[in-house]
Amino acid sequence: MENFTPLTALAGGALIGLAATLLLWTGGRIAGISGILGGLLPPFARDWGWRLAFLLGLASAPPLWGIVAGSPIAASIPPPLTLMIVGGFLVGFGTRLGSGCTSGHGVCGVSRLSPRSAVATVTFMLVGFVTVFVVRHLLGF
Amino acid sequence: MRREDLSAIAAAFAIGVLFGLGLTISQMVSPEKILNFLDLAGNWDPSLLFVMVAAVAVTFIGYRWVLARPTPLLGDRFQVPTRTDLDARLIAGAALFGLGWGVAGYCPGPAVTALSLGDAKTFAFVAAMLAGMLAYNAFDRVMSSLTSAAPPAKA
Repeated sequence: MENFTPLTALAGGALIGLAATLLLWTGGRIAGISGILGGLLPPFARDWGWRLAFLLGLASAPPLWGIVAGSPIAASIPPPLTLMIVGGFLVGFGTRLGSGCTSGHGVCGVSRLSPRSAVATVTFMLVGFVTVFVVRHLLGF
Repeated sequence: MRREDLSAIAAAFAIGVLFGLGLTISQMVSPEKILNFLDLAGNWDPSLLFVMVAAVAVTFIGYRWVLARPTPLLGDRFQVPTRTDLDARLIAGAALFGLGWGVAGYCPGPAVTALSLGDAKTFAFVAAMLAGMLAYNAFDRVMSSLTSAAPPAKA
């Protein structure tokens, strides 16, 4: 567990929870990223304004934090390009079919004690564990 | 556009920044961090679990406080899912999502947040994710026309 970062994980998680609370408080909306993004695709949702604004806010965060922290943020992406494309397609299809992702089901839905979100979260976690075991330890990527 | 809508859009941007800062500070914008959490048989990194627990704890309390109010500050009503049934789409969708998550190490929030870091792999992931969402919409239309029933409600 040499890479374990409990304090920044708790702080980041608390900020995510605060943001989810504020989005419900101000706009009455659930902070589910796949649902927010899905509304920007055809057939376009009528309320696309706040959706686009929220996503632009998300993407603004790393450069802003880079300025505050004094060093640029870097993301480490080990999988090869092909796996990023395959994974991306599955994530897009799956989150729309299952009506949510880590944020909508895992954070917002679990916090509402929604049985659907609890089952979805356990399902994608378990499949994620098995997938990484197969990809990393059996296939050797 | 009503002034209330413009306020809601400005608020959504600021709240998006806050959400993105949470993902950035906790390093969830790094697929390596996600994959090390999902890798139980390897050098396991429980950080993602701590992110989820803190996020759920704050949201659980925050939602109770918010939902005790009659309406949102800048909207007419709370738009919260009401379904409680478990169906095949929910399970199959979550399983496909888990598969993609384990393959690439990104879920939608971190991927969109990391777009500004300019990595070609992130662009490719997000483009493929949008294609997957469009493919779902096409699949949904075909299924709806086959069953000729009302399209299923989203939850």
